[in-house]
Amino acid sequence: MSAVIIYTAVAIAQFMLVVAMAIAAVRMFRGPRAQDRIIGLDTIYINAMLLLVTFGIGTGRVIYFEAALVIGLLGFVSTVALAKFLMRGEVIE
Amino acid sequence: MIYPAADLSLPVALAVAFFLLVGAALALIGAIGFLRLPSFYERLHAPALGTSWGIGGIMLASMIYFTAASSRLVIHEILIGLFVTVTTPVTFMLLARAALHRDRTARSHGVPRKYPIGPEERPREDISDEE
Repeated sequence: MSAVIIYTAVAIAQFMLVVAMAIAAVRMFRGPRAQDRIIGLDTIYINAMLLLVTFGIGTGRVIYFEAALVIGLLGFVSTVALAKFLMRGEVIE
Repeated sequence: MIYPAADLSLPVALAVAFFLLVGAALALIGAIGFLRLPSFYERLHAPALGTSWGIGGIMLASMIYFTAASSRLVIHEILIGLFVTVTTPVTFMLLARAALHRDRTARSHGVPRKYPIGPEERPREDISDEE
């Protein structure tokens, strides 16, 4: 019974996160200016991180946590680099 | 190491399912708001819904699940939650400043103009008020 509850909740949560990623991708491709596309990318990687954690709950493996941590670190660095590029035209001055 | 979901008790399973659904629903609501809000400065607020309680709910669900399934305290998901909570305001502030700078150089309408904030550009009555 508890396995059915958890697997159903994981499936619904994964569906919602995939829809959220698709919506953010729509905004990323359509976005009027460059800053909209950067926030779309930011939303996509946050949702991908959440999706990996739900995969970890669904399969019962701890290994997905580390992949989520790496995605979080790299996403932060890439978003900051892109914002710096928008502001200055260069990443490292 | 695999911790199956079958040997969990019913209240624990309900708590895990509740926090999972709350987190995923908030992430979805944030993405919908990100698509539908009209201007960039309003769109900046919507994904923060997913990065605050979206992350919080799903990390809480993962912590409860692995703590109950492995029958020991597993709280390393706090690491992701703390990291995202610290870094999201930094990235959004940087992006908002960059967008403001771009809008000011493009001279588009509806953008607040830049006030001088340095001490040498401040009006004199501000300085005399402080004394």
